[in-house]
Amino acid sequence: MNRLTTTALVSLAMMQAASAEEINALVWCDHADPALIEPFTAATGITVNLKEYEGTAAGLAILDQSQPGDWDVLVIDAVDVGRAVDLGLLAELPADKLRNADFFPEVVMADNNTRDGKIYAVTEKFGYNTIAFNKSAVDPADMEDMATLTSGKYDGRIAIYDYYLPVLGEMSLANGVNTADMTPDTLAALKEPLMALRKASKSVGDVVASQTALATGEVDILVGGGEWLTAVLHAENPDLDWTIPKQGAVRWAQSLSVLEASEKKDAALQFVDYITSPEGQARLATSSCYWGMPANAKTGDVLTPEQKAVLRWDQQPAYLAKTQLYPVPDAALDQAMQDLWTEMLQN
Amino acid sequence: MASIEATEARRAAAFVAPALLWVLAFFIIPFAVMIGVSFARLEGRTVVYGLSFDNYLRFFTEPSLFKGLTISLEITVVVTVISVLLAYPLAWIIAMRVPARYQRLALMLAVLPFWTSYVVRSYAWLLVLGQNGVINKALLALGAIAEPLEIASTRSATIIGFVHFFVMLLTLTIYSNLIQLSPNYARAAADLGASAFATFRHVILPLTLPGVVTGAFLTFVLCIGDYITPQILGGNNELTLPQLIMLQLGRRGDFPMASAMSIILMVVVTLAYFASARWLKLDRV
Repeated sequence: MNRLTTTALVSLAMMQAASAEEINALVWCDHADPALIEPFTAATGITVNLKEYEGTAAGLAILDQSQPGDWDVLVIDAVDVGRAVDLGLLAELPADKLRNADFFPEVVMADNNTRDGKIYAVTEKFGYNTIAFNKSAVDPADMEDMATLTSGKYDGRIAIYDYYLPVLGEMSLANGVNTADMTPDTLAALKEPLMALRKASKSVGDVVASQTALATGEVDILVGGGEWLTAVLHAENPDLDWTIPKQGAVRWAQSLSVLEASEKKDAALQFVDYITSPEGQARLATSSCYWGMPANAKTGDVLTPEQKAVLRWDQQPAYLAKTQLYPVPDAALDQAMQDLWTEMLQN
Repeated sequence: MASIEATEARRAAAFVAPALLWVLAFFIIPFAVMIGVSFARLEGRTVVYGLSFDNYLRFFTEPSLFKGLTISLEITVVVTVISVLLAYPLAWIIAMRVPARYQRLALMLAVLPFWTSYVVRSYAWLLVLGQNGVINKALLALGAIAEPLEIASTRSATIIGFVHFFVMLLTLTIYSNLIQLSPNYARAAADLGASAFATFRHVILPLTLPGVVTGAFLTFVLCIGDYITPQILGGNNELTLPQLIMLQLGRRGDFPMASAMSIILMVVVTLAYFASARWLKLDRV
């Protein structure tokens, strides 16, 4: 190869590098699956630099410590979109370029994602904090009723997912109080059933500990678990299953947004469009980190029958009808919930 | 003469200054900030700075918080005692019974657990102690038990995980003490008619006490401040003080309360230091 050719190739490579666009996305771990991101980059030439975070507080702290424009895309807990809007972090999304019309109506969640008629985020994935179990070790019919858990039949075979919001929300539903109506007063009534559940349980653990406990047979039931926890283990152990009891369960949802300070909003919007497309949704739903239902109902055409079976695609209308969003506590309720949770852990 | 002394003093100060600056920047100042923050309060989601004793008051009056300290102390004392009882004979055997040329190998084998990550070691113990773990499977296969034992996710599991680690640490500190002892002490005691037990009790043990206390103190400090082992092996069935501190930080964002609890932990460690200061010989570690 002569010098002229080499110079031309290097120049071409440099020009390509200069024209190639990059966006920076602050995401949850399900977005870090190469099977999700690589097709987008191959199709658009846009490179997506990902940083994972857990918990809205951590995400907001990262944004706070960054320069404006450092980040283009943010994945955020759907119940916290309003918080980010209040902080002026999110850009308005053009309604005509969104796929909300294809979404399951219950997860469009306009109350959360919209402010004063302007859309600031779109739901991308959702699922349930409910009851996960090993169906070879417990009677699946028993799992349809929360009361069975404290009946004595499964004492010492239960783990509790160590996150107070969904579990207390679930217990509130079992106590007949909607998650949106929870107050410090209604919380007081949960103490007795919570302590009874604690007494019947063997451990309280984070995601990894809970998954390990269920996978190794340490426990047979996980309160607060759901498809997000059992689906990735399904291939290894098809007996790991989940259901929504008759009392209902808590629904989690994650939203995708573009940051107001982004200087690459067009590229960021392309990313939003890809993630909410049926193809992107199918890959996100079955991400190697955790599975969850796609918000776009048309994803059903892309998912395989096996994947849909694991996600309980056909039961979604019934599940959506009997589940409610996470509680969104104010500071006083949050403090009361955490105090009760700490007391439960120490008993 | 005076100018030589002044030069020497300046030189000494120059040598010491980097270390002092390091301690000032990375210990004294952060510690002072933490003390200051511990007197602030979390109101709603906002930290209000001031001189409030609310966090300390709340810690000592709220049973679920104070219990964290008692649980930590109980676990730490048990771990320290068991570790000393196991480490001393092990160090003795290595120092007194293993031929000198194999002692290095024996020590290396003794400290093998240090080579693995703390987290990996704890999860490995979880697999050993679990319902379907090695211990339960072996006991069930031998017919020694009919039902699996509940070991994982208990305080016992936490203690086992700790003891496994700290026996190694204590073995090193006690060994380093034993190996420095001249064999003439034991010979002199025997010449004077002392039995083996009397020699150990009245000669060897007092002389090796600094090594034991140093190791025990390090065990106490590291154990009471540990978060990972009880978090993984304890199954969150009871929370130690470090776990409660993490709860305040990670979940509540309550830095003032976390700071107050950290100061209390620091006070406990300081008290342990004063209790053992008489025998502490950190230079022998």
